Formats: sequence, structure tokens, C-alpha cells
Amino acid sequence: MAQIRIENLRKSFDQFTAVEGSTFTIDDGTFFAMLGPSGCGKTTTLRMIAGLELPTEGKILLDGEDVTFHRAAARDIAFVFQLFALYPHMNVGENIGFPLKCQGMARREIRERVQETARMLRIEHLLSSKTSKLSGGDRQRVALGRAMVRRPKAFLMDEPLGALDAEFRHLMCGELRDLHDRIKATTVYVTHDQLEAMSMADQIAVMNKGRVEQIGTPQEVYDRPASMFVADFIGSPPMNFLRFEGGLRSGDRAVSFHDTRLAVPEIREDRASAPLALGVRPEHIRFADAGAVRGEVFGAEYLGTTQIVTVDTAYGRVAARLPSSASVRIGETIGLEFNAERLALFDIGSGRAIRTESVEGVRHG
Amino acid sequence: MTAAATRSTAHSIVEASPRTKAFAGGLVILYAVITILPLLWIVATAFKSQSDAIAYPPKVIFEPTLEGYVNLFTVRTRQTPDFIAKLPPPETWYDKLVRKRDMVIAGPSKVVPRFVNSLIIGFGSTFLAVFLGTLAAYAFSRFRIPLADDLLFFILSTRMMPPVAVAIPIYLMYRQLNLTDTRLGMILLYTAVNVSLAVWLLKGFIDEIPREYEEAALVDGYTRLQALRKVVLPQAVTGIAATAIFCLIFSWNEYAFAVLLTSGEAQTMPPFIPFIIGEGGQDWPAVAAATTLFVVPIVMFTVLLRKHLLRGITFGAVRK
Repeated sequence: MAQIRIENLRKSFDQFTAVEGSTFTIDDGTFFAMLGPSGCGKTTTLRMIAGLELPTEGKILLDGEDVTFHRAAARDIAFVFQLFALYPHMNVGENIGFPLKCQGMARREIRERVQETARMLRIEHLLSSKTSKLSGGDRQRVALGRAMVRRPKAFLMDEPLGALDAEFRHLMCGELRDLHDRIKATTVYVTHDQLEAMSMADQIAVMNKGRVEQIGTPQEVYDRPASMFVADFIGSPPMNFLRFEGGLRSGDRAVSFHDTRLAVPEIREDRASAPLALGVRPEHIRFADAGAVRGEVFGAEYLGTTQIVTVDTAYGRVAARLPSSASVRIGETIGLEFNAERLALFDIGSGRAIRTESVEGVRHG
Repeated sequence: MTAAATRSTAHSIVEASPRTKAFAGGLVILYAVITILPLLWIVATAFKSQSDAIAYPPKVIFEPTLEGYVNLFTVRTRQTPDFIAKLPPPETWYDKLVRKRDMVIAGPSKVVPRFVNSLIIGFGSTFLAVFLGTLAAYAFSRFRIPLADDLLFFILSTRMMPPVAVAIPIYLMYRQLNLTDTRLGMILLYTAVNVSLAVWLLKGFIDEIPREYEEAALVDGYTRLQALRKVVLPQAVTGIAATAIFCLIFSWNEYAFAVLLTSGEAQTMPPFIPFIIGEGGQDWPAVAAATTLFVVPIVMFTVLLRKHLLRGITFGAVRK
């Protein structure tokens, strides 16, 4: 098992820069998710760690050893692909044993290791099946088996659940996490699905346009987003942004929001007047007649235990998560009250979070 | 959804009505008759006597003879009946057959060496074209090559005119290089013509193979070349087989360059067959026998590779 360190890693293709100088460390045994929309550079970063792509600049260190320009095979890592990439001309057992065969291991030992791996993944009964006969979940297990069998330093997974149906995906999420807890392997997991990242990862790196916007635990990136992008990308529905203009003074516990004063967590930086955004998660909104922001109910989406109510305000449309028992009439004018401790402030120009009592010391990429 | 369910829905197309099926079947049979009849006629003509071969109306029922084949494989001289009477009795059945026509066998004809030339040049150039084509197609498919599109267009452009259009320059070039009437020269020429087709066809097939396969193999410990040989090629077999058949058909049948560039040592079957007509009158049965022999290897090659042509490339390996 290993620690992976990325230093100033950059990759450009002709004119286009896919990854821009990111630096971070993935600790030994961590389940590390790289999360972001397609084209954000997460897969390119993963492929550079794997050695399938060479960086334009920067370094990759595995357990302190510089492997930036090592061949993929020389890095002792395993890669799980979205499309599984099972060899169609081999059966399940041969697929799982393939990496060992590449290393020239004795046939008997290969058979033992394949058996052991299959037992771990509960696919022993499938060993002599053709890969084309398998269900999506079983194919994924075989692909995992092929990665595990070699006992590599780290697992790299590129949207491994992307090709599965929703229910299977949920099941495999649990299995993957469980597997990780048992073998404690450093795992880098690329996904565009925030639920996968949030439910499995120890650490999440949120990426956008080739940059790492924030690295943190699932709670950190959700509760204390470092940028508007992170706040918007994580959470469903995403964080609401209410725009306003104003200056900030360190130590203040309220901001001038249009005509009113709104309580916020203690501000930790001074700022001249600039376009700002007030960020509020849907679950931190309550309906209250005395609320500072007023609006008209536009619609309600029933979700079982909660409902998402959209409200048109003078500052844009706002989504609020209310208990499903709350009665809401469309067209009705209501007041909105925010949970002051959980509010965030963003600088619209740079998209960065303003430092406050709650958003202090978050790690930027 | 399970894999089985996906498969069943993938094939849920509207069932054809009996009338449509009968019509389609009729068309297939008609097409088969049109294409197979000439072949059957040639095979039959090879077993006819010279007079039966040119009889009018054409004879469908005739007394079969091996004269055509004997004439194809031998060179004969005409003798007077007196001379033939004085000879010792014929040693073999074909001696006997030839003497009935007042001739004696002077030696073997050149058909065997010409056939061997065809085999060497045809299969040699096919192998080279497919080999080079596979490597080039793989590179175009997988690597970032500067000006890749322009290069591909350039490769294709060599097929935009009939190859014979450059026959004279090639003839002059070959004469300078002493490549005229050599097997090597013909192999190089046919390879050059076929390789562009091979690159384009194979690029299409290799593009279809997900690159994750080799990447998985690369991560698992194979070198790029091993991954190509043991992972990509087994899956490109269909494409390689199809390409090989196209290349072989071209180089096997090529006539114009063969006439121009070969006359002796390296002559292939296509320019040789018309020669048979000239040797001893219009010997159509011998021509038909040569044609039959000429067709056999390509039919065998196609039949042997047929199962690869019909097999899906990556069915079931990747969820689409």
C-alpha cells in the first residue's frame, strides 16, 4: 500500500490544458475521490497517475519514489475501467489471472490467487463462465478481481460504476467501500456522481476546468465549500446564491443585504464593496412570516420525507427543503428565514468563499 | 436490467412476412445462379474435348475427358502417325491420350512455376500489406500523430486513380532498379497498392476496439507491443481476415501490371492463362482447366477465414 503525491501536475493537449498545476497528497489507505463534471481533468489526472498519459509538467510520487515517467507496468498499481475492459477471448478466471500471467507467475500459484480473490468477491461459481454471459454487477466484480489479484500499491478507478443501473450502483457502492475497509488499499476513485463520492470517500477533491477547487472530507466540501463551484456542484438541489453588493469588515457578524441586515458567521477578512453572493443550502431555509427575504411559491417537489419548494424572490429563485408535512400553496407569498450559522459568503468575481468563522482553513487545490 | 434481457430486446425487430421471405429467398437464389453459373461452366468446360467445348448449341451433357488438364500441364509436339507407330507403347494414361491426337509429350508446361509465382506473390504481398497496415492503423488509431488526417488522406489518395495510370513510370523505375520480372518487385508493387486499403479498413476495425483493453494490459504488466499482439490482435481478427481477403483478391487477380512487368521468371497466372490459347490452336478446355485451378486457392482462403468474418468482434465484453 502506498501514499501518492502529486506535485504541480499539468497536462496540455495542443492548445487545450486538461490539468493545471495541482498539488495534493493521498495518504496511505485513503479512499480518495476525484469529483467533477466531465472535462474537468479528473480522468486525465488519474491516467497520469496510472502512467497511461505522460504529464506536460510536474511530478508523481509513489511512496516517495518519483514515478512520473515510469511505464504503467512498472508502477505496481491497478486500474479499473468504466467499461470493465474484460478480455472477451478469456473466461472469468483467465481474466482475473491475467495480471499474474503477465508477471510470469507459476500456473498453480495463479490458480490459488484467483480462487482466493474470487472468494473475496463471491464470484467463485463464475470462474469458468464467459464474460459475455455475466450481468453488469458481476462484470464489475470480475474487473475488481483483476485489479485486486496482484495486490497492487494502489487502486485507480475511473467511474467504475458509471455503466451500471442505478440500483446496482447503490449495491456496488456499499460493496466497494466494504472491500476497501477490508483490504485498506489506497484508492483513487474518479466520478462525476456526487452521491458516490460522498457515500464512499474519506477525502474528496472537487475539480473544475483542470483545477482542484477543494480537497476535504465529504462533510467539509458540503458544509464549507471553498468556492461557488463546489457549493453549486455538491448537493441536490445545489446551494442557493443570493446576489448583493457590499463591503465586509473583519469581525462583523452581519452583512447589509439589500435593505436589511442579515446575521452571518463572523467574518474574518476585510473587503471593499464588491458583488457578493450569499450562499444558503436548501435545508437551512425556513418559512417564517418575519423572514427578511420575501417571495412567491413557484412549485413543490415531493420527495417522501422532505419536499423541495421553489420560491421566486426579488433576488432570484430559491429552493428550500421543508418537511413533507409542511403545507405549501403555490402562488402564496411567504417570508424566508435563514439559519445564520450555516450561511456562506462568496466573492462573485473570483468565485472564492469569503473567510468566515465557519469557512476557515478549508484546503484549496 | 440483466445481460439476457438486454440481448432479447436488442433483437426485437419486426418478423418478416412469409411473402417477404420468399421474395428475399428468390432474389438470393437468382443472384447465386447468375454468379455461380459461369464458374460451373468453366469447371465443366475443363472436362470437355476441344470440339465439345466450342460445339453449337452448347453441350450440357458430354463425355468427360482429362485432355484439357493434360494439355495444360504439358508441352506437346505434333508428329506423323508413322512416327508415333514406331514409338514404344505409351507408358502412362496421359501419353496415350496425347498420342490419340497425333502428338507426343515434349515436357512439362510452365503452369506449375507460374502458379507458384502467383502463390508467392499473392500471399507474400497480402501478408506484407496486412502486417504494415495493422501497425499503421494501430498507430493512427491510438497515438496522437502530427498531421494524422493529412497523412490518412495522402494514403487514401494513392487509390484515387487506377493503379495502371502510373504503369509507365513504375515500369521505368523498375527497369532502373532491376526489379522487372522479379517476384520481389511484384510483391513490393502489390503491397504498395494494397497497404492503403489495409490501413483504412483496419483503422476502422481497431477504432472499434475500446482502448481500455490495451490500457488494462499495459497497467497489468504488458509492454505496448505485447498488448498489441496478445490483446488487440485477437480482437481485430475479424478485420484482419476481411482485409487479407480483399488484399489477396486484388493481388491474385491483378492483370495489367503483371503483363507489363513480368514475362518469364516472375510471371503470374493471369498473364499466363491467355498464353495457353496460343499453344496449339484455341485450346479452351486447357484454359478452363487453368482458370479452375486459379480460382481454387482464393475460394479455399475465403472459406477458411469465413468463420472469422462472421464472428462479432467484442460482443459482450463491453456493455454498450
